[in-house]
Amino acid sequence: MNLYRDEGVVLRTHKLGEADRIVVFMTAGRGKVRAVAKGVRKTKSRFGGRLEPPLHVSLLLYQGRDLSIVNQAETIDHYRSIREGLDRMTDALALVEAVDQVAQEGEPNAALYRMLTGALRTLSESAERPPLLVAAFYWKLLALEGVSPILDQCARCGAGAAVGGEEPTDLVSFDLVEGGALCREHRRGSAVEPGALALVRRILGGQLGPVLAESPSPHAAAVSALATSALESHLERRLRTVHLLGRG
Amino acid sequence: MYSAAVQDLIDELGRLPGIGPKSAQRIAFHLLRLSPEDALRLARTIAVVKERVSWCRRCFNIAEVPEGTNSAEEAPECEICRDPRRDPSVVCVVEEPRDVIAVEKTREYRGRYHVLQGAISPIDGIGPDKLRIRELLARLDPEGIKEVILCTNPNIEGDATALYLASLLKALPVKVTRIASGLPVGGDLEYADELTLGRALEGRRELGD
Repeated sequence: MNLYRDEGVVLRTHKLGEADRIVVFMTAGRGKVRAVAKGVRKTKSRFGGRLEPPLHVSLLLYQGRDLSIVNQAETIDHYRSIREGLDRMTDALALVEAVDQVAQEGEPNAALYRMLTGALRTLSESAERPPLLVAAFYWKLLALEGVSPILDQCARCGAGAAVGGEEPTDLVSFDLVEGGALCREHRRGSAVEPGALALVRRILGGQLGPVLAESPSPHAAAVSALATSALESHLERRLRTVHLLGRG
Repeated sequence: MYSAAVQDLIDELGRLPGIGPKSAQRIAFHLLRLSPEDALRLARTIAVVKERVSWCRRCFNIAEVPEGTNSAEEAPECEICRDPRRDPSVVCVVEEPRDVIAVEKTREYRGRYHVLQGAISPIDGIGPDKLRIRELLARLDPEGIKEVILCTNPNIEGDATALYLASLLKALPVKVTRIASGLPVGGDLEYADELTLGRALEGRRELGD
């Protein structure tokens, strides 16, 4: 029997035939997995309610020739508060959309899986919705993809490098294609305030916890917009959720 | 190669959802073998549906132009909107016309409907502006609607749509309710997922009297 166990987060679903769905998972052990879930659109389905984005489930799958087949699904975390507020739901959909774009079938990516489950847990368990969660996730995702931006000096000429713990100076714009922040002379891409760059440095520099606890600020909005455009430029496609539901 | 007429038929059938070239060929040959009356009855039925049926101008359910009226006039109203026995102060918001049928089968609901013709699905690029939300808001005041029942599917798209509508309607003087979600009759508790069972427990009600 080609049965295997794994756990995963539901990234998206497509309708298939009368009552079935194709479910796309980000799994712990096998990267992105596409599987057929039979009969899950019927109200009496035994696990239809567990195969909805962004649920975290433990799975028993049957390895088919092309697609797997969902045999059993048990909930690990149903992130109830995400399901009950539009803001958190939008954030969660933005996270799973980005992971769906980045993850590859048949290529395990344990770090990405941990990042996704961690972000969903934080989103679900925080008393207040963390305004920078999606942006921070996008920055971390870019770093994980190997395109960590240069933020402490001009990516082109090295000007404005920080000296002795001080903040770098004279960095006025950001362009991911150039590699990160740029000085006045080489400015390209989007204009950026020093405060916003400092915030991105903190996100990528091990201060994620305190950043997520901060309340909304103009810099946070700039960092979110910058994160969306940076990830879009890396993926070479538009991210739909952030634009459609008015954030980003 | 088939004659032009047969090839056209195969091409047209092949445009239908779920019909590939082989299935189109099979159906075309079935039609060729049918008696002329049977085949023409199908053709006439399709023509009549396209001439007489469109979206209800009020609720966007399927509506048929009544016999004897000119179908070229403005969009008709559906049977439910035309029925004076229906309670005009309650509107049940559903995603698709087939959901109207599902609610009607319960025989529990006597109000009117509003069909959004879809649900918010950011991943598929369907945002609020692609649904009949503006038309719903425009109905509230002139029709004296007092309660809006959000009857979208209890999946992520339906919940997102309901939450979005609730946030829009919050500022208006209408009561906004969401259909309960819970366990299907005849189901087993042990197979219920945690979210459904959690909601079912939350929405429990007192028995007696």
